[in-house]
Amino acid sequence: MNIDVQTLIPMFVALPLGMSLLIQLVARRRHVLGELLAIIAMLLLTLMSCYAIGHKGIYHLGGWPTPIGIDMRLDDLAILLLLVINVVGLAVTLYSVDYMRRFTASSHFYGLFLLMVTGMNGVVLAGDLFNLYVFLEVAAIASYSLVAFGCAHEELEASFKYIVLGSLSSALILTGVALVYGITGTLNLAHIASRIAQTGMDAPLLLAFGLFICGFSFKSALVPFHAWLPDAHPSAPAPVSAMLSGVLIKAIGIYVLARLAFNVFGVTDSELSLLRWLGLLSMVVGGFLAAGQKDIKRLFAYSSISQVGFMVLGLGLGSPLGIVGALYHLVNHSMFKSLLFLNAGAVEYATGTRDLNKLGGLNQKLPITGATSLIGSMSIAGVPPFSGFWSKLIIVLACIEGGFYGFGVAAVLVSIVTLAYQLKVQRMAFFASLPEALKGLRREPPMMALAMILLAVGCIALSFAVITGLRDPWLIGAAQQVLTMGVFK
Amino acid sequence: MIYSLCLLLILVGLYGVVVSRHTLKIVVSLLIMNHGVHLLLLLVGYRQGGSPPIVDPGSVISEFASGAVDPLPQAMVLTAIVIGLGVLALMVALCVRLYERYGTFDVTEIRRLRG
Repeated sequence: MNIDVQTLIPMFVALPLGMSLLIQLVARRRHVLGELLAIIAMLLLTLMSCYAIGHKGIYHLGGWPTPIGIDMRLDDLAILLLLVINVVGLAVTLYSVDYMRRFTASSHFYGLFLLMVTGMNGVVLAGDLFNLYVFLEVAAIASYSLVAFGCAHEELEASFKYIVLGSLSSALILTGVALVYGITGTLNLAHIASRIAQTGMDAPLLLAFGLFICGFSFKSALVPFHAWLPDAHPSAPAPVSAMLSGVLIKAIGIYVLARLAFNVFGVTDSELSLLRWLGLLSMVVGGFLAAGQKDIKRLFAYSSISQVGFMVLGLGLGSPLGIVGALYHLVNHSMFKSLLFLNAGAVEYATGTRDLNKLGGLNQKLPITGATSLIGSMSIAGVPPFSGFWSKLIIVLACIEGGFYGFGVAAVLVSIVTLAYQLKVQRMAFFASLPEALKGLRREPPMMALAMILLAVGCIALSFAVITGLRDPWLIGAAQQVLTMGVFK
Repeated sequence: MIYSLCLLLILVGLYGVVVSRHTLKIVVSLLIMNHGVHLLLLLVGYRQGGSPPIVDPGSVISEFASGAVDPLPQAMVLTAIVIGLGVLALMVALCVRLYERYGTFDVTEIRRLRG
């Protein structure tokens, strides 16, 4: 079967959007139908992303040519992100089948979930700045309501915090869009890039770029802007936490930051050093705050801040090796962090608590959760030969290659802190002795187990990506070239 | 001159978000800030004494283009306002639910999440 990739590009947005509306129409009373439709949609999206590997293209919306119409760009970097979003999305949808039975309105959940996927796919494919903003808001609004999905005290509070800070950052981004349009007279990313390449960066453009950095640092929760994440991610239902921490902060945060910095504005040394310091700060602060947590999901949320720091540090090095490390870590992190959040969800589902002090010995009762979480923990802690080891190794090597020895040492130290708090989770929740109160636990439901196994296999499979070469892992090397090629031609 | 008005609106909104304790006041402040941004976006396409960007059947396109204001930012502002409305509705709904749970609109009393 031969499908033109050109016609496939808009389907990445249209399919989940249409399906989310369809679910609202037909599945209000029949929950099974909603689950089935959501799984079909995510399965199709995953197949489409796999099919798109190696292709590239520009789709003109409505057939209008570039300066007038809206473009959607598909390149290697976009494909990498699409794969991440849709594969993790598929696993999370499978997991939700059992998990969301506890909630009354599961059709709303699948509708909002697919809307979030729509927004993220749209951001990744957007070829112009305003479209990017619109899809960003679609994903963000869906995620605000998903955080509040259970409507309990903590969820509402976290969602309110998230929505206030999220709207603030969106206002900053929109101001940036207005400035860029006022100065360059165009919104198309490639056209903006060529204008800036001709005229250079002047003061208003620098202001716009600064606004973008602030806005997207909020979205990706880098340290001075991280206050919402440790509340929002743990409070959400487990599948949503997995999607937010695993994918959302990267698709609408790190990805856009990298795209704008490298492909549109063109990076200078001072901007790179800003990214490096932001990365270092997130890495260290997130790591140490994670180590002190007692709530298992809150610990993982702080750990996300720390790991995002690794990615931004890698990007800030600006060298091809550093960017490979950052992108590799991005893909790895989306796998193991979603896996860990799903594990935390399974623990909460079985025991009713997330407090590490009340848990213990769960390996006896939840063998699949225990085994997969061990894989996830070892990957995130960077124990060889798991995938996290390779991406962190590449980032550290890139630090040394670029002469930033201090950053390299810090990255190694934070990895050790990561290992420490992951071992703490393993010891307190899964090993140790089983408390009396937890003797009567049942095993995890089959679909939850399936989703966790899927992601664990993904974690292990990713460690083989380096076989094709440390400097040029499969698929990630191609994505890295998109960024290092410099601004769009 | 008029650009500084936008900046003023944005800063008034920002000030409100930072110092308010009432959840609904925070929502209103965000609204003010958003409208500051919308005004900036509109001004970007504005031209002093420009004509509305609607083509008469008889007019010459090049002449028309040199006199009309830029319609694109107007379209963008419409979109941004609609998005803002969606966020606003969600925020107000959250405020109502928060009031039902906590019995207060004061953000300093809505504090269960720590660490």
